[in-house]
Amino acid sequence: MPGEQSLRLRAPKNLVDRRAVTWWTVRALLDVVPVAVVLGVLAAVLEEPRPWLVAALVATLVVGIPYVLIMPRWRYRVHRWESTDEAVYARSGWLWQEWRVAPMSRIQTVDTVRGPLQQLFRLSTLTVTTASAKGAIKIDGLDHELAADLVARLTAIAQATPGDAT
Amino acid sequence: MTDAEDIAWQKLDKRTLGVTTAGMLGVCVAIGVPVTSGLINNDALPVPLVLLLVLAGVVVVVGAVVLYDYLRIRKTWFRVTDEKVELRTGILRRQHRAVHRERIRTVDVHAHPLYRVFGVAKVHIGTGEHAESEGSQLTLDAVSRSFADMLRDDLLTRPAPTVDSDEPVGEPPPVLAEFDLGWLRYVPVSIWPGVLGVAACGVAWQITDWFGLRDSVLGQAAELIRELSLWTVIPLAVVVVLVVGLVASLAFGVEAWWNFRLQRTGDTLQVRRGLLIHRSLSLAEDRLRGVELVEPYGARLLGGGRLEAVATGIRDNKPDQPGEDTKVLLPEAPREIAQRVAAEILREPESPTTADITGHPRAALRRRLVWAVAAVAVVEAVLVVIGLTVTSILLHVAWISALVLLPGALFVAIENYRNLGHGHTADYLLVRYGVLARRTAALRRSGIIGVTVRQSPFQRRLGLADLTATTGAGSGAFTAYDADAAEALGVAGRVVPELLDPFVVRD
Repeated sequence: MPGEQSLRLRAPKNLVDRRAVTWWTVRALLDVVPVAVVLGVLAAVLEEPRPWLVAALVATLVVGIPYVLIMPRWRYRVHRWESTDEAVYARSGWLWQEWRVAPMSRIQTVDTVRGPLQQLFRLSTLTVTTASAKGAIKIDGLDHELAADLVARLTAIAQATPGDAT
Repeated sequence: MTDAEDIAWQKLDKRTLGVTTAGMLGVCVAIGVPVTSGLINNDALPVPLVLLLVLAGVVVVVGAVVLYDYLRIRKTWFRVTDEKVELRTGILRRQHRAVHRERIRTVDVHAHPLYRVFGVAKVHIGTGEHAESEGSQLTLDAVSRSFADMLRDDLLTRPAPTVDSDEPVGEPPPVLAEFDLGWLRYVPVSIWPGVLGVAACGVAWQITDWFGLRDSVLGQAAELIRELSLWTVIPLAVVVVLVVGLVASLAFGVEAWWNFRLQRTGDTLQVRRGLLIHRSLSLAEDRLRGVELVEPYGARLLGGGRLEAVATGIRDNKPDQPGEDTKVLLPEAPREIAQRVAAEILREPESPTTADITGHPRAALRRRLVWAVAAVAVVEAVLVVIGLTVTSILLHVAWISALVLLPGALFVAIENYRNLGHGHTADYLLVRYGVLARRTAALRRSGIIGVTVRQSPFQRRLGLADLTATTGAGSGAFTAYDADAAEALGVAGRVVPELLDPFVVRD
């Protein structure tokens, strides 16, 4: 069909909160730093396997430093969300990216999760579930007040929309 | 309407206790005989003492289980009112569960041979919630057969509006499909002869251990190899295993599908089947989200396929013997029959699974070939590294296995690519996937409750994407892997425009 080649999903309208970049950075540091420290300490203490340990440390840093610097900013450009009267639409990921759409009439639950780190940055993760075991939409890094408002709004719309959600 | 509180609570059928006792005695014989013979062969204890110990063990075990079951039956009450089915269970921790009638989607009546001897049947009442959640099912274990059948008909008969005027009362419900002995030709070409053959070997091996015959069996095998050479014995053994497996799988197939009948009563689809174990599945049509045409490799070569229901509330189980999958609405049968039955199940003039399916771009094939070669390369690299450092035998293992694995992996990659596809009709989204078994899922548009598009960095570069339609039925999602991103989006957009149009742009 003509023009078919040019179809694509557009970016959802809203960015997540800017503080999410810091949050993702801290999370990345928590992944990378302990590994690097353990390898470093072992390399300092143990003589025999030192070359191997140093090699592993270098590899960790070569992968880890760009990960800590690039991943959060990249994610910030990808992670976006939008809710209309008919549907919730979100994009997530960085290297592997995912677009998810769920219609309001099929929404079963809307809830938020705030881990300790997220509380520190006043962020929330919003999860919208449908009857599908695989259809949940997650929006990371929302301002926690905005997330609370959104839960209220989505629940209200979902209830007002007819349909048995299955 | 009767006042709900007036309806009496009922108890399970007492004959269930007979089933439990007989079943436990059977288990005790199955375990007791090898144990006894093992102990006697062992010579460690005098024979009378062994018999006494085993007997005492049997009495204690059977007694305990039967006592437990007696208490369970005594403490289980249920009742069926106009609004709901209620079940109280639990010996110490009492549980009370109620399921509203309008939420009941499947009623499954199961009668194993033992149950049939005692005239009882097990009833599963499903609600069509998430298949995984425990609480969504009530099980009555067990009630009398006549009561079970009555209950099923009662629970699945909806009040008025769906009574079809074109189905005159008194006429038998239309039969959509019945078993044909010729369908057994798809059994030998399935995976089951191999699986069951190997399983039979395992059992035989276990039995030789119980009777202390392992050494002599191994000795005889060695003797045979010496006499006939290894290259005769191996194919011979394979043939024997396959023949045993073939007989077993034919037996299982006949047992599972004998008297198979798929019929529609009002708005309920009903599958009845089974020679020794009578199985019956009733599925309310408003739970049906589509069908899946499954063509296992062997059956596909012979032009056959089976139909599986895509429906909410059906347990998604992996069968460990042929014919034990509850999703199956039609066993492997000629494709034309499967297509016709699919059309009738969905009440469509023509089955959506016959619609045109668009294959996926060549880039998807290249990706699969790369994965296949990479997977083999990793295995071979490990073998070669260990072979070079530890033992050179592995080097031979490496080149021999490469000769087998590489063509195998490439075959799987090509098959997998050939089975990729997607398409649509006015009301259905079609997704085709699978490695050896080709699965064509037809998902009704009203059953699509979300769309997910996923792209890896490589897919972005190639213009490919995995497009998933999520649904409340079955495994929860059907994915068109490595589809042309724009084209798949267009197809999905035509099936569920209200969902995707606001978010799709052309540029």
